[in-house]
Amino acid sequence: MTSNIRNPLSTLKCNLAAACAAAALLIAASGAQAADLNALIWCDHSDPALLQPFEQANNVKVNVKEFEGTGAGLAIVEQSQPGDWDVMVIDSIDVPRGVEKGLFEPLPEDKLPFGDLFPQVKMDKSTIVDGKRYGITEKFGYNTIGFNKTKVDPADMQSLASLTSDKYKGKVAIYDYYLPVIGMAALAIGKKTADLTEADLPALKEELLKMKANAKLVGEVTASQTALATGEVDVLVGGGEWVTAGLAKENPALDFSIPKEGAVLWSQSLAMFKDSKNKDMALKFIQYILSPEGQARLATSSCYWGMPSNTKAALTDDQKKVLRFDEQPGFLSRAQAYPAPNADLDKKMQDMWTEMLQAK
Amino acid sequence: MNPVANNGPGRGAGRALPWALVTPALGWTLAFFVLPFIAMGLSSLTAHEGGGFALSNYSQFFTNPSYLQAMVNSLQVTAIVTLVSVLLAYPFAWILAEQVPERWQRLALMLAVLPFWTSYVVRSYSWLLVLAQNGVINRVLTGSGLISEPLQLANTRLATVTGFVHFFVMLLTLTIFANLKQLSPSYRKAAADLGAGPVRTFLHVVLPLTLPGIMVGAFLTFVLCIGDYITPQILGGNNELLMPQLVMMQIGRRGDFPLASALSIILMAVVTVAYLACARWLKIERA
Repeated sequence: MTSNIRNPLSTLKCNLAAACAAAALLIAASGAQAADLNALIWCDHSDPALLQPFEQANNVKVNVKEFEGTGAGLAIVEQSQPGDWDVMVIDSIDVPRGVEKGLFEPLPEDKLPFGDLFPQVKMDKSTIVDGKRYGITEKFGYNTIGFNKTKVDPADMQSLASLTSDKYKGKVAIYDYYLPVIGMAALAIGKKTADLTEADLPALKEELLKMKANAKLVGEVTASQTALATGEVDVLVGGGEWVTAGLAKENPALDFSIPKEGAVLWSQSLAMFKDSKNKDMALKFIQYILSPEGQARLATSSCYWGMPSNTKAALTDDQKKVLRFDEQPGFLSRAQAYPAPNADLDKKMQDMWTEMLQAK
Repeated sequence: MNPVANNGPGRGAGRALPWALVTPALGWTLAFFVLPFIAMGLSSLTAHEGGGFALSNYSQFFTNPSYLQAMVNSLQVTAIVTLVSVLLAYPFAWILAEQVPERWQRLALMLAVLPFWTSYVVRSYSWLLVLAQNGVINRVLTGSGLISEPLQLANTRLATVTGFVHFFVMLLTLTIFANLKQLSPSYRKAAADLGAGPVRTFLHVVLPLTLPGIMVGAFLTFVLCIGDYITPQILGGNNELLMPQLVMMQIGRRGDFPLASALSIILMAVVTVAYLACARWLKIERA
């Protein structure tokens, strides 16, 4: 009878051997995926309507990982192995941060449609480092005032002062992203977003607290969109075409303004990783995203709409109207870039943002 | 005593078997709790910029008023949720165990935990629709003329507490119901024989005997509530930050894993203190 009972240690050994075999298979399988394209992206790039045409045309699988904010994206890269990622979406102003860390490959300007981009969004100051181009702007828009024009006086929305006036107390939501809203606070107190220093923080904090006192909520993309769309609030600080354009069909009352003080220009770029094992495919992907077709699909992505950086984007007339395509030269002339703090100021700004969130 | 059985190969196999049986559980705990916890502990002692040993992640928590406020908010919300959930769940469980006929109890219990079957996120968003300015409650109140202006219910601490209580009442009902069902009817009969009325029997017999069930359920509520990110994020409107939101901010915004680790360990320490208090209380009760 004893002979029928299996030694438990043998059983354990067998199980360990099986586990090792399974692990080896997994490792082999992950190795086999090296031919795929691995992209660190924002949510607009995860839309199948954007990715599928590229995947079918090139017989490749695009594996995407979404992240929020450059800090989080760079942290993912730091925790990955060199070569794990092929392309990355990054705030245009943050391209130098990736270059400083030695992450990005210079882009071949002759193979990309730089000549077709809106000149103001090429962002040469941040996408060119030491004479080499490391990023190409693919989409842009404004963090400004989004509002429901049937509930507010559109004339009020031409001034940032309205955001802190008693008239709109309790009718305001704030987009929960510190950089653009701090940028808007800077515009409201007459500062240039590019010139912000630590000395400006007290005044900025005061302005933010005034906004918070008027706000019903501070929400990320979905929450702030929903709040404006459902009538929970009438005004969204930090809103813009990225909130209103995608909802235009269902709710044509939603609109955005570029107030007299200006607006904050957001701009996202594509960069290629220096250690990519698939640079040809990575370049093809960037070329596709910057092509007229790719640009139209990216601009109208289900996650959020935004202006395509390529003036030749294959948008329909209706889509152009919703995005206010023809008004862009005027908008761009009044917009300022995101604040681009160094690491120390960035931390102080985030602490200030946390204080604002905690304020009653 | 058989000397062969004590010294032969059978004895070694007898020792190995319990170890072999317990190895998967130990391995699981080691792989998915001990090692990650050690990694998190080491990470919490590392400087975000440049690496190297640092206690700054912990000192930041104690010197930054916003971070301390997050802990205060978490403890306040958790205390309110636990108290309200117990107060609602106990009578509910009592009605199920004592008033509902035996044959309907299973169905009643299933109906009581039905909301568990829906996604936690969906449930939270549903509450947002109920509590919103144009939501069900405000429409009923304004429609009936009871109020002229909608109340701000969504995006408040009240909304967060409501979402939590909805979830934890179900959990507490289950633990208290199980406790009540295990209570022998002879205790109540003995109390009645000694002249105690229903209220006195409840206060002096039933309630003390079901306190362990309440404490276990309350502790589970405390642990799950203080570590939850989704409910305050969806229903609270970011009008105040709780600890899990603060942890997520460090990861999502800054990629500051060391600070996030330190905050998580501080949160874990609070849970441990709650556990020790609960365990000590139960030990005293048993003694």
